[in-house]
Amino acid sequence: MFTSLNARALAVSFCIFVAFLLAWHLATQAAVPVQKMDPEYAKLMGLTATKGTSAMPGPLDVAAKIWEHLKSPFYDRGPNDKGIGIQLAYSIARVMAGYLIAVMVALPLGFLIGMSPMMSKALDPFIQIMKPVSPLAWMPLALYTIKDSSISSIFVIFICSVWPMLINTAFGVASVRKEWINVARTLEVRPLRKAFTIILPAAAPTIFTGMRISIGIAWLVIVAAEMLVGGTGIGYFVWNEWNNLSISNVIVSILVIGVVGMILDQILAFFARKVTYPE
Amino acid sequence: MTMFGNPFNRNVKLGRGCPCGLHASQDEHARSFRAEATQAAGNSVESNYQRIVEASVMRAMFPQDAQRRAFLSAVGASTAAAAISTFFPIGTATEVFAQAGKLEKPDLKVGFIPITCATPIIMAEPMGFYKKHGLNVEVNKAAGWAVIRDKTLNKEYDAAHMLSPMPLAITLGIGSNPIPYTMPAVENINGQAITLAMKHKDRRDPKQWKGMKFAVPFDYSMHNYLLRYYLAEAGIDPDKDVQIRSVPPPDMVANLRADNIDGFLAPDPVNQRAVYDGVGFIHMLSKEIWDRHPCCAFAASREFVTSAPNTYAALLKAIIEATAYASKQENRKEIAAAISPANYLNQPLTVVEQVLTGTFADGLGGIQRVPDRVDFDPFPYESFAVWILTQMKRWGQIKGDIDYKNVARQVFLATDTTKLMKEMGMTAPASTSKTFVVMGKTFDPDQADAYVKSFAIRRDN
Repeated sequence: MFTSLNARALAVSFCIFVAFLLAWHLATQAAVPVQKMDPEYAKLMGLTATKGTSAMPGPLDVAAKIWEHLKSPFYDRGPNDKGIGIQLAYSIARVMAGYLIAVMVALPLGFLIGMSPMMSKALDPFIQIMKPVSPLAWMPLALYTIKDSSISSIFVIFICSVWPMLINTAFGVASVRKEWINVARTLEVRPLRKAFTIILPAAAPTIFTGMRISIGIAWLVIVAAEMLVGGTGIGYFVWNEWNNLSISNVIVSILVIGVVGMILDQILAFFARKVTYPE
Repeated sequence: MTMFGNPFNRNVKLGRGCPCGLHASQDEHARSFRAEATQAAGNSVESNYQRIVEASVMRAMFPQDAQRRAFLSAVGASTAAAAISTFFPIGTATEVFAQAGKLEKPDLKVGFIPITCATPIIMAEPMGFYKKHGLNVEVNKAAGWAVIRDKTLNKEYDAAHMLSPMPLAITLGIGSNPIPYTMPAVENINGQAITLAMKHKDRRDPKQWKGMKFAVPFDYSMHNYLLRYYLAEAGIDPDKDVQIRSVPPPDMVANLRADNIDGFLAPDPVNQRAVYDGVGFIHMLSKEIWDRHPCCAFAASREFVTSAPNTYAALLKAIIEATAYASKQENRKEIAAAISPANYLNQPLTVVEQVLTGTFADGLGGIQRVPDRVDFDPFPYESFAVWILTQMKRWGQIKGDIDYKNVARQVFLATDTTKLMKEMGMTAPASTSKTFVVMGKTFDPDQADAYVKSFAIRRDN
């Protein structure tokens, strides 16, 4: 079995990981030469200045930090110091809120655009202009009009995840095979039934691809949005630790953000596989 | 002052249509109570509560107002008061009432930026100053000055830690929509520093700084004005000869390490953090530019001040008391320990301690002892505001003519602070304005325009 493709890929993955850790460990070991200073002065200085310790944490420091967070992910020591689990929960809740609103808007609208070539042409310029706008560019406008930072970040999530879903839904609906539509027409299927029993299942794989792209973008954006507005969430956590120049915590959050993003993506990938059909 | 009328005076009527008996309905009572409470907030709050409690006791004892008046004329007001207080503890009742009933909004959110300037606002939470005044305050860390401004304007925060020029800028509508803002207390004086990257340790004369890049925390900050002032005094045009950018404090040390900037005039603990990490050295403390200059402030919208006057008074008292506590050298270590954890500043204890005690490593191998490196004095002198306005004018942030004194008086609520300080048994300064010296030049708030015109390097017109 050792020769199977998966096993070999796994072995290579493992080797890359170990090599990376080793290189990282060695790179952060190198001590910068330091001048001698009197002990009273040294007491007032950080380790970087006194012992020449690299400001970059090594893999062992990061592992220790991860363990520390895993031990108590849900502690709550006041409004500005909550466990990483609570911060993640805040972020995921915001992403879900914005994302669900986007689904509710994008799917019906996408259907409309996909089924009517006229609407598609009419709305196209707006979509094309709004789509490339960085969601964070909406932030000041949102803060100014909505007057609530938490809802503003939900709005930003909404605005960034709506476009891929909208475009994919429209595309999926528009490219349902003509034969199927024609069969439906011959059988005199009513429009609503046609939409739900023929077009929706046919367009579902494309729609889910759009939703998968959207959740990825939403997760990318929430971190940046929370860094901007602060308060709670994993983005705020990164910012707060950056404030303390605690690089190991920043690395931990990068890992956590990556893992959560992957899980969100895999959930949608799972649904996408469920609705795929062989032609 | 009918609400707070003396119930031991037989000429005062105590009715029952509403709690105070003077209005036909509860509604009318509430309306006039708000108006009066606003006025009363300035007076001694305690004596007002006592009046309210006394009135209720008297009303309970003499349901018929005529009886009370007859009783009072028979025995005399002082005898009556003494007699009643023997069997009814009016003092205790007043205290209970003052704690339970006075606050319109006991749960507050106050925003802050994690720097030592915010010490009084932050420490008041873990050290119980807010609780003592019956407030349940949640102090919230904000990501930057623009965010704290927007969140206070949006009313997510009831009050906030701001840079002292910000309430002026907000009121004048510079950089945001004009909204009447107030600044009833300064938090810290001094406590900033110019930090330079290690590679500049032989270029200590600002005349050699042409072409360098500097960071300040915000455009409307004392840091910006002090740095500009300092550079201009050395003949460096801050707009043409150097670059000054606005960088959030946490990014400053990292930018200095990455060589993106050559130095900054920043709030602590950023300066000490740069030294602690061996990235920079402290070129000079801001007190050498202007000793006892104001820096950060406690600010609230005028709307909050008028709509919740008792809450405002309690909050301000807590802040003034915390500020007074922080101004004592012997308390500084305790405060450093209270505010360094992740919930507040999120900095190593020794960094915060060095800032607050004034015994610090300067980054060049020396230990300096400057006890007033940072100090805390709540009094918002109106002349501070006038100076800030002159600098806004000097650097072109304000265009056209401006009534310096009027704006200063509207925003810096020195009169309120004086009243509250007296009430709390502190000595308030005799005048709400004072002259001071900035880099050897005396500033006279009465000659603001002439002061602006006296500088060679300026951007007004």
